[in-house]
Amino acid sequence: MTAFDDWRARSPYYDETHEAVAQSVRRFVAAEVAPHIDRWEAEGELPRELHRKAAAAGILGLGYPEEYGGHSEGFDIFHSLTQSEELAAPGAGGLTASLMTHGIGLPPILALGSDEMKRRIAPEVLAGDKIIALAITEPSGGSDVAQLKTRATLVGNKYVVSGQKQFITSGMRADYLTVAVRTGGPGMAGISLMLVETDRPGVSRTRLDKMGWRCSDTATIHFDDVEVPPENLIGPENGGFAGIMRNFNGERLGMAMGCCAHARVALAEAVAWATTRETFGKRLAQHQSIRIKLADCERQIEATQAWVDLCAWQSREGRGRPADYAMLKVQATRMLEAVAREAAQVLGGASYITGSKIERIYREVRVNAIGGGSEEIMLDLAGRQLGYT
Amino acid sequence: MKVLVPVKRVVDYNVKVRVKSDGTGVELANVKMSMNPFDEIAVEEAIRLKEKGVVTEIVAVSIGVQQSQETIRTALAMGADRGILVVTDQPTESLAVAKILAAIAKEEAPQLIILGKQAIDDDANQTGQMLSGLLGWPQGTFASKITADGAMVTVEREIDGGAETVELKLPAVVTTDLRLNEPRYASLPNIMKAKSKPIASKTPADYGVDATPRLQILKVVEPSKRTAGVKVKTVDELVDKLKVLGAIG
Ligand SMILES: Cc1cc2nc3c(=O)[nH]c(=O)nc-3n(C[C@H](O)[C@H](O)[C@H](O)COP(=O)(O)OP(=O)(O)OC[C@H]3O[C@@H](n4cnc5c(N)ncnc54)[C@H](O)[C@@H]3O)c2cc1C
Repeated sequence: MTAFDDWRARSPYYDETHEAVAQSVRRFVAAEVAPHIDRWEAEGELPRELHRKAAAAGILGLGYPEEYGGHSEGFDIFHSLTQSEELAAPGAGGLTASLMTHGIGLPPILALGSDEMKRRIAPEVLAGDKIIALAITEPSGGSDVAQLKTRATLVGNKYVVSGQKQFITSGMRADYLTVAVRTGGPGMAGISLMLVETDRPGVSRTRLDKMGWRCSDTATIHFDDVEVPPENLIGPENGGFAGIMRNFNGERLGMAMGCCAHARVALAEAVAWATTRETFGKRLAQHQSIRIKLADCERQIEATQAWVDLCAWQSREGRGRPADYAMLKVQATRMLEAVAREAAQVLGGASYITGSKIERIYREVRVNAIGGGSEEIMLDLAGRQLGYT
Repeated sequence: MKVLVPVKRVVDYNVKVRVKSDGTGVELANVKMSMNPFDEIAVEEAIRLKEKGVVTEIVAVSIGVQQSQETIRTALAMGADRGILVVTDQPTESLAVAKILAAIAKEEAPQLIILGKQAIDDDANQTGQMLSGLLGWPQGTFASKITADGAMVTVEREIDGGAETVELKLPAVVTTDLRLNEPRYASLPNIMKAKSKPIASKTPADYGVDATPRLQILKVVEPSKRTAGVKVKTVDELVDKLKVLGAIG
């Protein structure tokens, strides 16, 4: 039981269609995810069947062009935000990270890829038949994207790719990878985006175990002289950096929304506990210091949500600034960190025992604060873009 | 055949309801609302009958505040064909609802009306029975299985002693129990498509019904908290305690 209130009903950005999406996704999660999530967390990956079911429910295709099997007619970015809030209900961030990896893998193809590539890849991915991941980060570093080392050299009429990618979400199961490779000289001007099918000879992968997001498979991917045809270039040669950067805006907004949603789940659990658990002769919530904690969490969630919604609106209207998405992500991850801490504190020992959502959410704080652009890098980037140099 | 499915907007079953501080009811402001779960089962059953080719049209009806339109939209997104919204700001009581539904049934002439056995807000469990009485149609309540052909409907019912099977001559009223089916979730594209399905907007007066409540709520209170138990060492001690509490004479 949760004590959640209907914050969307009081927001100018959400109407009855968003509510309808919420109800459908909530039902999907209750029927197809909640009964199994603990097992998937233990097994370390999501079943492929879930992707197909999510596609049939319209979840994978939400916001993607109709011509590739997506659902865009009548939908806006707030439907996607609503969906990600409902996907957060089981309190397992790996669910969204891994079920929705195409959210970072596919947009570069749709924005920059050839028509042939879009027609070949997008429908299979949006139908849940194929899994696509994004591979930017390397063992030698993730923050300094411009220095990446994986090379693609044109030999005859083929590119030969060699190098490694690390921490790649859905990397063990992925059929397709959107890979950042060096095709030219040093720095950002020598980087291209390339589609690599994982069944090409020379592709191998290693599973990585980790603190949180456990139902999301994470991989190191090795490319040993993998031959890739030039048609697999996504956009122009050496023109990949802009595509990578553009992709980050949507990812950061999505992660910020995920933080709000998971913070709400943690707070709901803490409120449910605080209004029933008794200490020193009264309910926890009747102790002023606990009530203050709970309201303080709510304060931080609502403030962050308001900025998420504003950034979403700006994105919809084509008025977004990259600096805002970067700072928003930091706001959201710091908020999640604070809320996860206080929510865990309210639960006491129970928050440390496997089985509460808070225990899991607490373990997922760091990946939010580091993945998709770490807090330091986000603020540095924002500072530079705002001209504070 | 045509099926009528009434759907009610209630507090979402996941929400822990809170009593209003003045004790006049439960808090509804800013609380998540959704379709009564028993009504979802009714909608699902109607859709399954349509998929089997027995039913040709499903009409979803909701009686309540304007926002009940959302509940009808959910039914339309699941697969109902059109909606009728009867707007009233009064609390909806079983008898008034049954009268309105009876008037709609006379106008629409459905062969079957499938209702939830009860709504999870007031748990009245009366509307279907009253409706059947008002219309003079046979009723099959607490259905766990429904089979229909053009002339008859067979209903397996859950009763205290087990299961009972009744055959009803159409037109008939059926109410759903939990085990009847597992309702589908509307796919997101169908949610958008449902926006273009028609919903007629009406008032109780359009059906000649006075929906003024006949019941007066005196007080709503939280269920009393469970107090800690005590361990007893012997049966005699137990009997003594029960006597003190007045539980036995
Ligand atoms: C679970 C998980 C899933 C991931 N999924 C993907 C994926 O699908 N695809 C993908 O490409 N990547 C993925 N990543 C990688 C992620 O994007 C990187 O971890 C992140 O960008 C940071 O890179 P790094 O780990 O190499 O840290 P580094 O770049 O080595 O940085 C280490 C620390 O130093 C700080 N730092 C670095 N440079 C500076 C500086 N100039 N000034 C101040 N501080 C600095 C950083 O903020 C960080 O705290 C994932 C990571 C995790 C943990």
